[in-house]
Amino acid sequence: MKVLKIATAGSVDDGKSTLIGRILYDTKSLTDDKLEAIEEKSRQRGFDYLDFSLATDGLVAEREQGITIDVAHIYFSTPSKSFIIADTPGHIEYTRNMVTGASTAQASIVLIDARNGVIEQTYRHFFINNLLRIKDVVIAINKMDLVEFSEEKYNTIKAEIEYLASKSEYKGQNLTFIPMSALQGDNVVHKSENTPWYKGETLMHHLERLDAEDINDASQTRFPVQTVIRPKTEEYHDFRGYAGKLYGGDLAVGDEVAVLPSQTKSKVKTINFFDKEFETAKRGSSVTITLEDNVNVSRGDMLVKVNEEPTIAKELTATICWMDKEPLKASQKYYIKHGVNDAQAKITQLSSIIKTDFSGIEENPSELVLNQIGDIQLKLSKPLAFDSYKNNKSNGSFILIDPKSNNTVGVGFIK
Amino acid sequence: MSNTTIQVDALESEAIYIFREVVAQFEKPVLLFSGGKDSITLVRLAQKAFYPAKIPFPLMHIDTGHNFPETIEFRDRLAKELGVELIVRNVQDNIDSGRVKEETGRYASRNMLQTETLLDAIEEFGFDACIGGARRDEEKARAKERIFSVRDDFGQWDEKNQRPEVFDMLNGRIDLGQNVRVFPISNWTELDVWSYIEQENIEIPSIYFAHKRKIFVRDGMIWSADDEVVFRDEEEKVEERMVRFRTVGDMSCTAAVLSDAVDIAKVVEEIRDSSISERGARIDDKRSEAAMEKRKQQGYF
Repeated sequence: MKVLKIATAGSVDDGKSTLIGRILYDTKSLTDDKLEAIEEKSRQRGFDYLDFSLATDGLVAEREQGITIDVAHIYFSTPSKSFIIADTPGHIEYTRNMVTGASTAQASIVLIDARNGVIEQTYRHFFINNLLRIKDVVIAINKMDLVEFSEEKYNTIKAEIEYLASKSEYKGQNLTFIPMSALQGDNVVHKSENTPWYKGETLMHHLERLDAEDINDASQTRFPVQTVIRPKTEEYHDFRGYAGKLYGGDLAVGDEVAVLPSQTKSKVKTINFFDKEFETAKRGSSVTITLEDNVNVSRGDMLVKVNEEPTIAKELTATICWMDKEPLKASQKYYIKHGVNDAQAKITQLSSIIKTDFSGIEENPSELVLNQIGDIQLKLSKPLAFDSYKNNKSNGSFILIDPKSNNTVGVGFIK
Repeated sequence: MSNTTIQVDALESEAIYIFREVVAQFEKPVLLFSGGKDSITLVRLAQKAFYPAKIPFPLMHIDTGHNFPETIEFRDRLAKELGVELIVRNVQDNIDSGRVKEETGRYASRNMLQTETLLDAIEEFGFDACIGGARRDEEKARAKERIFSVRDDFGQWDEKNQRPEVFDMLNGRIDLGQNVRVFPISNWTELDVWSYIEQENIEIPSIYFAHKRKIFVRDGMIWSADDEVVFRDEEEKVEERMVRFRTVGDMSCTAAVLSDAVDIAKVVEEIRDSSISERGARIDDKRSEAAMEKRKQQGYF
């Protein structure tokens, strides 16, 4: 069955957790024991409605404060599709957790409180969706019950987002606008009688029909080697297999490949998966391959088809989303993790801070603080083989790790 | 050679990728093995990840002493067949030495006591990565877990300050004394695991299938009356019914379900139609709304 990965985004109190709870409830995905627990807790708290956010806010601190702090992954299915929803936090402090949830999503839902309209956090969330190049974005205009299901309100918000989209450089996006009340269930799973002016689908109907491309959909073959398999047993004395996951493209026995960064050439001898051999491997598969020649291949090297080489360089330019309390400054050193490869990286230039409302950039800033997005240049301790994020999401992204704390402090999108 | 194309199912492919990252990034990984369906699935995935080489890390079982005999027999046999080292550490040893105190009364369970023994074993062997079969769909605190989840040298999970985990880049850099809990089947649901066991024809302990058992009912849950480790009041009536277990943890906190699913196809069907969650039969989760989160903060796997 097809799996659709969705991320939610929205400001605090826009009702993300409530929306997910509503979806689970209306699609009958909540088991009896979980539903009983929600009913009991809602009663205990003195609510006269079911507080669906209790289904997803799994941490004590979240329930105490009534906000989502970290991503919760929610799984459910309808007869035609399986869904994984990353319920991500809206609070500005936890933007990095929103990026965490959205990075693997094929589709995204941005919630807007109909009473407040488009606010600064909406800009940020919309911007991050565009930066990640998420193709299908639903703009869920929520809490319509609190604005008397006003068509005018809905149209104002819709126009504002469309204007925002017109300023983004990512043009391939499909935007879908749905007026709803997550609390009351309007247009979530069931069509609402309160919005006779809305001719579109319900949210669930839309998601069920969505045939989203895979996040790693790319045509060129990229096979980063994770580990070298050498059994050294009697039976497999000379076996030397390169294990990895195939990002983009495909691979067939007999294909001429180049090992990067050394650019040594060889041919694919076998494609193995467990105790079987295959003629070809498709994108997304974790396989083990052997080569005709005894070439030097180790972890971090990448196999590509000859004539499909990516850029091999010791320098790169990228847009970075900063996720640490310690700011990023020019001349600082980090570890870079590019797929399964590691290197040291020095920030040679912090060129700009990009404003998330698409209103321009701030040139030559002194630092990039938590949740800011900017353009940087990096010098690397060894050459990496990379694509632009636009052409290959896996091979065009990286993370920066602080050598002092070992924390993941930034995520980069190669230009 | 078969003239076919391999496209590994996305969940399986992701899990294999995670296993390979563990072996590449850590010095001393271990697979936490309970003999339950999730850890059995992990073992099969590990086999696939490194074939034709053997699984390059040991299995470790933190034995509460209250396990189903069928599970223990299965555990020992599997390790032997795979030719993989099996480490067993017993909660009973810590009870005997007085390091931990056994609970008493109706709801006494040794589940919580496992944490201490686990942390001791991690220190004893110097494990830097512990691979576990937890899934995000099990429980709402689990739903918050990263795939590489860093624990400090007290084994504590800092749930409010987790590392961002973007795309599928896994950051396994840690300081000495820290370790990482790794969850390769995070994104699988209970039904995914059962379907995989069916598809791969993986052997599992017999208690997962319906069998006649002496049971008694308390708080709407079905408890095994065959084993003396489950506390039972004299007035709680014992009867014989067809039951099976959906999870196999410590016997004192794992309830059975009425079932006539005698083979894997029927189990899959039953799970698909069930209106009760898997954790609905785990009494230790019902202690409070935050039971799992609290155990994890203290170092529970």
